[in-house]
Amino acid sequence: MQQLVNTALGGITLGMVFAAFALALVMIWRSTRIVNFAQAAMAMVTTMLALSLIERGWSYWAAFLAALATGFVLGAVIERTLVRRVEGGPELNAVILTLGLFIVLTAGAEIVFGSDYRSFPVPFSLSGTEIGGTTYALTGFDIFTVVAVLVTMGLLLALFQFTDIGLRMRAAAHQQEVARLLGVKVGRMLTLGWALAAVVGSLSGLLIGGGSLVHPHYMESVVVFGFVAAVLGGLDSPAGAVVGGLLLGVTLSFVSGYVGSGLVALAALVVLVVVLMVRPGGLFSATTARRV
Amino acid sequence: MSASGSTTAPDSRADTSAPVLELHDVTVRFGGLTALDSVGLAARPGVVHGVIGPNGAGKTTLFNVACGFVRPTSGTLLHRGAPRARFLPHQLAGLRVARTLQGLGLFDRLTVLDNVMVGADRTARSTFWGGLLSTPGSWRDERAVRDRAMAQLEELGVAQHAGRYPSSLPYPVRKRVALARALVSEPELLLLDEPASGLSSDEMDELAGLVEGLTDRMGVLLVEHHMDLVMRVCDEITVLDFGKVIAHGTPAEVQTDPAVLAAYLGEDVA
Repeated sequence: MQQLVNTALGGITLGMVFAAFALALVMIWRSTRIVNFAQAAMAMVTTMLALSLIERGWSYWAAFLAALATGFVLGAVIERTLVRRVEGGPELNAVILTLGLFIVLTAGAEIVFGSDYRSFPVPFSLSGTEIGGTTYALTGFDIFTVVAVLVTMGLLLALFQFTDIGLRMRAAAHQQEVARLLGVKVGRMLTLGWALAAVVGSLSGLLIGGGSLVHPHYMESVVVFGFVAAVLGGLDSPAGAVVGGLLLGVTLSFVSGYVGSGLVALAALVVLVVVLMVRPGGLFSATTARRV
Repeated sequence: MSASGSTTAPDSRADTSAPVLELHDVTVRFGGLTALDSVGLAARPGVVHGVIGPNGAGKTTLFNVACGFVRPTSGTLLHRGAPRARFLPHQLAGLRVARTLQGLGLFDRLTVLDNVMVGADRTARSTFWGGLLSTPGSWRDERAVRDRAMAQLEELGVAQHAGRYPSSLPYPVRKRVALARALVSEPELLLLDEPASGLSSDEMDELAGLVEGLTDRMGVLLVEHHMDLVMRVCDEITVLDFGKVIAHGTPAEVQTDPAVLAAYLGEDVA
């Protein structure tokens, strides 16, 4: 029973991080129809920056906020200077651009931060929680991870659903030409969309890095699971990204705990194939593709 | 192109008594095809100006030039007497020009109220950062925009659908929502692109009354195929054929114009 609970708790924590990463991908896909293959590298850069600041004497929280702010600026600058040139063009151009960006950011991080494995600190305990004499694998940092992702999602939801700027962002994402005609500064909304997505991506990078070793390639293992989570939920659905991330996290945790950790990647592929066979557009897609 | 004006913000020194929008000798070529050939037109405040012509005459291209979707190959555009190199779509609301689209162009994933609120964006006062940080001022501003949008929906008799999504509504209701979205920005000029398509005769009567009621607030540029509606609501009409203006005048004048009869009936009556 204890192992079951521990496995589920581990899966939920992992799933929340996948959900954050998937949400970042979905936000960019919805606004610009671009799959951002550079998302992981962008998150890695901001996490490495935070670690460098901590090593220079900054507090964890100051470095944490600096990383999120840097993510915001990085996302905005990348959209404004690079992505803007390929938006609305052939899809392959955007794919090549974001893949190229992934390579450039990773190589740049190796030059700037070095390629050594470095321990990323955590602000909370990494010891399990004792309930009724039984210790469960729920650490203070796990709780922080879940709360941080939930709060971020709540803030994004509030921004999109209850504010005028969120309304304009949704309008710009749905029909750019019509939004322009109504006076919406579509370019600015797309820049903001990339900036916010980069903040969420940076958060996932910081949470994955917490308590473990980070280096310029540490996010690469997360990329695959983040993409699977986004596709599972439906690339167009923020709620789908969250559910997809949680579903994948819990599934992989159980596979790792009960079947074997070596089968985790295969399990992700199986989940993806099964879901796409049942619902080709993902679990939360508005429409279902049908071959005729 | 002879215009040398700015393409940025509206000119505050612009002549407010001048036509809201003027096109002089506007020509649009798509490769070897001349869609508009030296077309001139003036849309004045308080006047319903119809643009008619057979299919392919250039009416939609004319609208697309007026709202910035198409850049003219040559010619002059003026807003309130001030020349402009071109109109850009995102500047249109700032110039107080609104347009409805043939396909309505409603945001299907936004509620009816949200659709109209996007249209009211021009009247919003809060800054970009104020909105992003959700300052108290931005909240007050948003409430004002919401109230304005609801009032516009009520004026057009569709307020009861405010919380619904456009795709769940009958076509005539969606038409009214699209019109509300255009009107909520308080334009000086409204470009109506085939507003009567898909409407019954009763609904067309209501539309005619609605358009006639707008002229105390704005000018209207109307592209329409339904001649009953055009002849009823328009104060002046420009007739296009093969991209050229073949007639201009009051409804009575164009109805008896030999060139118009020839274009519509396909016979040489001259």
